Amino acid sequence: MKRFSFWHVVVFLAPAVLIYTVFSAYPLLDTLRLGFYSTSDTGAQSWSGIANYTKLLTDPQWSDAFWNAMRNNLKFFAIHLCIQNPIGLLLAALLSLKGVKGAKAYQTVIFLPTLLSVVIIGFIWQLILSPLWGVSEKLMGYVGLADYFAPWLGQESSALITLALMSVWQFVGIPMMLIYASLIAIPEEIIEAAVVEGASPWRIFWQIRLPLILPTLGLVTILTFVGNFNAFDLIYSVKGAIAGPNYSTDILGTFFYRTFFGYQSQIGSPTMGATVATTMFIIILGGVAVYTYLIQRKLQRHAF
Amino acid sequence: MNTKIGKLSSTAFTHLVLAGYTLLAMFPIVLIMINSVKSRDGIFDNPLAFPTSETFSLVGFHKVLAKSPFLHFFQNSLTVTIVSLVLILLFAAMAAWALSEYKFRGNRWLAVYLAFGIMVPIRLGTVSILKLAVALEPFHMGVNTLAILILVYVAQGLPLAVMILSEFMQQIPKELKEAARCDGVGEFKIFFQIILPLIRPAVATVAVFTMVPIWNDLWFPLILAPGEETQTVTLGVQQFIGQYVTDWNAVLASLSLAVLPVLIMYVFASRQLIRGITAGAVK
Repeated sequence: MKRFSFWHVVVFLAPAVLIYTVFSAYPLLDTLRLGFYSTSDTGAQSWSGIANYTKLLTDPQWSDAFWNAMRNNLKFFAIHLCIQNPIGLLLAALLSLKGVKGAKAYQTVIFLPTLLSVVIIGFIWQLILSPLWGVSEKLMGYVGLADYFAPWLGQESSALITLALMSVWQFVGIPMMLIYASLIAIPEEIIEAAVVEGASPWRIFWQIRLPLILPTLGLVTILTFVGNFNAFDLIYSVKGAIAGPNYSTDILGTFFYRTFFGYQSQIGSPTMGATVATTMFIIILGGVAVYTYLIQRKLQRHAF
Repeated sequence: MNTKIGKLSSTAFTHLVLAGYTLLAMFPIVLIMINSVKSRDGIFDNPLAFPTSETFSLVGFHKVLAKSPFLHFFQNSLTVTIVSLVLILLFAAMAAWALSEYKFRGNRWLAVYLAFGIMVPIRLGTVSILKLAVALEPFHMGVNTLAILILVYVAQGLPLAVMILSEFMQQIPKELKEAARCDGVGEFKIFFQIILPLIRPAVATVAVFTMVPIWNDLWFPLILAPGEETQTVTLGVQQFIGQYVTDWNAVLASLSLAVLPVLIMYVFASRQLIRGITAGAVK
């Protein structure tokens, strides 16, 4: 019963497949290829095998910056994981309680920052934390903490943490919404059965609800991972391409940008840029692979 | 008696936490908005106060609009976002229909190929995308054109849109399509006149999801279209603030101008959006 012809398939699929192939799949493959080439001073590109990769990972001129960016990126991710997910979980758990008045309104407002541009959020927080304006100092003064105020964004020891917290503030709505959705999807009978058995609300949460939403926590984690290892906008708009002070906020995204376009005295290199991009690709793919093969399988077995 | 007090205090705790966090989420945005309509003295003397008749001033907005072609940036963002959105929705719906309706050889592989783009950020191909843009220059789709931005955003948005729309297409009852086919209605007519209107709610959800990252993006405008003529709002604000850091009125006003359109959209679409996320996550 073949109702459609070859041409139907082609016409329906052609625009999407064509644009996706030319502007997404091909550039990615071409980038993987370019990573194996090097650029001479005249701009000519020639095959150089894995020379770029050895340079990136072992030549101190490159590797110091690369490993620094990598470490910072891991820290950036760890802060998201340890702060964004617990807050998201707490908010979602409270919102999913029965009969919370105004739950929709809370949700709507808390989700709002996720829709704004990272650039705008970066600037807004930069102003709020600015010692020039003094808003933060004043607010901390109300609770007697004015002495603890410091220009956090300008200090090497705290700049990255501050930027990560700004990002957590912006994106906490996503774990909140996803976890909330999976919490309200838990069948009522399971909870009722536990109540009849005399389980306390606390125990119901830890032993029944939480295991059931573990797959969602896994999903949130991988989404955060991909987002963090691909981040750029926030650091670039608050700290510029140099990711100061003293590269303490440099992550892979800003490192990639500098490698590709150059900065100050260093000339940009498309081939070295491609090498960095490929490395980021491998890291992201590695994370996604770990998520799909290990965590998701295990969690699903655990949950059902 | 005891349980009643316990219940009351737990309700109080719930609202304390939720209201507290809501305040934290709102505060920065409200702070910027109220200070954008104050004079310089008002901004610095008492940042936390609402504007009074004495401190009210629109000088920041006048400066922004005089010093930068803000409305032009806005127009660029609008063009790029809307054209990308229409193309993504149309092409994704067509592809989703073919993948979910026609069982042809390679169907699964094609679906996996497209799905790959959901997890792998298109940014990683930037080096080659820029090369491609330079090569496309003779066709008016090169660097510093809105066309190249649109093409890249369409490629970026398609994978997720195809996946979500495919799921919806599979839920359309078979009888409906078979009945139309028995009446001799052509495949294209079935798609455009029966299927598309049916998946309208899904299309709306996908639209909001795809629109936001395009409107907010800094990376591709910065790399592919940094020229004054083609700057989007996000890039325009970023450059403007970089240039006028010390002019607080102008900085605050430009931030407010950038926030406002998203805020207005959210007022109208928040229910749709939240319902979309909630429904999508359960699957």
